[in-house]
Amino acid sequence: MSTKPLKQIHLAAHFPGVNNTTVWSDPAAGSHIEFDSFVRFAQTAERAKFDFLFLAEGLRLREQGGKIYDLDVVGRPDTFTVLAALAAVTEHLGLTGTINSTFNEPYEVARQFASLDHLSEGRAAWNVVTSWDAFTGENFRRGGFLPREDRYTRAREFLATATELFDSWDGTEVTADPVSGTFLRDARAGAFAHQGRHFDIEGRFNVPRSPQGRPVVFQAGDSDEGREFAAASADAIFGRYATLEEGREFYADVKGRLPRYGRRPEELLILPAATFALADTDAQARELAHEVRRSQVSGATAIKYLEHVWNRDLSGYDPDGPLPDVDPDPGENTIALGRASVRQFRDPLATARQWRELAEAKNLSIRELVIATTAKQTFVGSPATVAESINSLVQADAADGFILVPHITPDGLEGFADTVVPLLQERGVFRSEYTGTTLRDHLGLDVPAVRPAGERQATAS
Amino acid sequence: MSELHLAVALDGAGWHPAAWREPGARPAELFTARYWADVVAEAEAGLLDFVTFEDGLALQSSAAAEPDARTDRVRGRLDAVLTAARIAPLTRHIGLVPSVTATHTEPFHISKAIATLDYVSRGRAGLRVQTSGLPYEARHFGRREFPAPVGELAEEAADHVEVVRRLWDSWEDDAEIRDVATGRFVDRDKLHYIDFEGPHFSVRGPSITPRPPQGQPLVTASAGTVAPRAALVDLVYVTPRDLDEARAAAAVLPPPPGLRHVFADLTVFLDEDGPAAAARRDRLDRVAGAPTPTDAATFSGTPAELADLLQEWRETGLTGFRLRPGVMAHDLPAITRRLVPELQRRGVFRSTYEASSLRGLLGLERPANRYAAAALTA
Repeated sequence: MSTKPLKQIHLAAHFPGVNNTTVWSDPAAGSHIEFDSFVRFAQTAERAKFDFLFLAEGLRLREQGGKIYDLDVVGRPDTFTVLAALAAVTEHLGLTGTINSTFNEPYEVARQFASLDHLSEGRAAWNVVTSWDAFTGENFRRGGFLPREDRYTRAREFLATATELFDSWDGTEVTADPVSGTFLRDARAGAFAHQGRHFDIEGRFNVPRSPQGRPVVFQAGDSDEGREFAAASADAIFGRYATLEEGREFYADVKGRLPRYGRRPEELLILPAATFALADTDAQARELAHEVRRSQVSGATAIKYLEHVWNRDLSGYDPDGPLPDVDPDPGENTIALGRASVRQFRDPLATARQWRELAEAKNLSIRELVIATTAKQTFVGSPATVAESINSLVQADAADGFILVPHITPDGLEGFADTVVPLLQERGVFRSEYTGTTLRDHLGLDVPAVRPAGERQATAS
Repeated sequence: MSELHLAVALDGAGWHPAAWREPGARPAELFTARYWADVVAEAEAGLLDFVTFEDGLALQSSAAAEPDARTDRVRGRLDAVLTAARIAPLTRHIGLVPSVTATHTEPFHISKAIATLDYVSRGRAGLRVQTSGLPYEARHFGRREFPAPVGELAEEAADHVEVVRRLWDSWEDDAEIRDVATGRFVDRDKLHYIDFEGPHFSVRGPSITPRPPQGQPLVTASAGTVAPRAALVDLVYVTPRDLDEARAAAAVLPPPPGLRHVFADLTVFLDEDGPAAAARRDRLDRVAGAPTPTDAATFSGTPAELADLLQEWRETGLTGFRLRPGVMAHDLPAITRRLVPELQRRGVFRSTYEASSLRGLLGLERPANRYAAAALTA
């Protein structure tokens, strides 16, 4: 028996916005935009003592073949605004929002996050994402101005600059003493000056230091640059892998990068996104998982997915028939816009060859092939099976926890909350009550110290 | 005598710079949700049409053209849109109108933020558009040479509002179809590119957020802030100093469609005894060290005297008033518990919320979608 103490699992809930996992056709699926859906989802997550709720973001509607993509859920609220409203109907739940560093400015984003942290009494978190594409840029003043290779340099400098703004108040300035008439102890509170390649700004930041000092920072991205960015600056990273071997490899790699930034392993949490299919028995859960996959991948969806690889219009093909015998167009992939997953096929000819071999060997139609090769449900089984899977992955250092993505909105989390969470609590690996009030408390992260102004700019290069 | 509309402008501990030192001011709580929730609840108890939240992308300053180094005044504020959103689930009827600076923000972000405020408040969102020509505020963004000509800022603000409004209409109301038979979640023929091109930005669209409950949330601005173009602003704030100026200001109200409301801004100090209100204001001026310069008329007196003035000014054609409480802790309750009952006794103010949306409270229709209308006539 190992004497290593049991790791505590972190759990979060992703309100699935625009995506291809939500089974919107299910009669149990509700609105994706009405505030009531967000309230119910958040309150279920809080009832289950989850660490936080997570919202993704997209700043342009996806297009395929020159037309707005209409097969998946479309339409979502503004991240900051809906999180601020959710702060009114929850008490403990962390509120994590994706905010793009390319189509925003540090002063504005920093004051929005500092405000959200004040308004939620210390529950704000920022998932910093980068973007470079001119397609999204068409919705913004600055357009598609950023060369692709600069997206991480801007993101890094954006986060460093925002941190300088957060640190421009140390938290002791507001004395608000009516007797002496001193509102501010320090006449220079909020003073900042940043000069860098992407930002050259100076002045006074106008939100006093927030309860968490600054929001918890999340980073997504699996590239070497993304991992390094997370190791240098993030409190948590969205792991890509929810399986044992790949997860452990990623975990070891990312945590291994921390010492060179003077950080300890527990200062960066690794939280992969995970789906689940839950039923009374393992057999029933497998059946449910199969049904969910069939609902997620309609015939039309399968053809659209294949177009990502083939980079051609395949609308004439029968999804229940064999794969196209034409080869993919090897040119620049322009068929699907506003969708990150298109870039995952680096060698479309090789992918097509592998898929044809697989389809022939197993006698799969286009739709069956897509179901077989795209993301599967991460956790499938009875509550006991799922609880055991989650716990064993965390204890084996494949992750520090998971961000769960239900396939039904907004009530798809309830079964998990009612059946899996109590089993994790019985095992002593998940909280039964919140022991702190802030998201940093839930995640076991310290409130960052304020760095003196002289040190701030030094780390911002 | 027709009814009048009432809004309250919320800023810190009140509009007088010494307000934060008054009894009950709670200055240490200005950066908490609880403070704002209490203040808006008080305004809602008074059946007011809406509250505005002041904001800016720079620290407050008592100097016109530069940041000051004062330590005796309220400094720092929370983002107005987020504060409004934080309060929305705690209120049911009152309109929530945060200030937004068009000069430095992305209209795409503002459009979806206000649309979302409309969702989380179930149809009670508006915005107060403002511009900023302050060079020190521009240096927080570092993108443009300032000062910019005032006319250019107003033109840019008009473009900003145009884009925000087009984006609100970029989804037709019934664009989400969830057609299981064809597998289509939306009818993409009911989603529209807005294709705006202007000197400061171009925006393609559509929005990522479906059309909000009110269709078009209420757009408000001070007179002159937004270059006058048809139907861009629903409600304009003016600052007359006397009846003649009120009459002149009201004359800007054109027939519909387009601008429907002109509200006069008034800073108010209210006490049951008129001389007491004036004396209180004098005392606050002494505490602050100087009389406070203000762009709007300042009223000191009793709630009944203020009711007289509002009725008189209302007759000029002004449709309502945005009152700025001199001291939030004192003058806001005086508005909701003294002025409002006085106006109700006179039959010129509502005795119950008669509509569920902000547009409804102001007697404004839910506008047709410009793109749907275009499709019908095409």
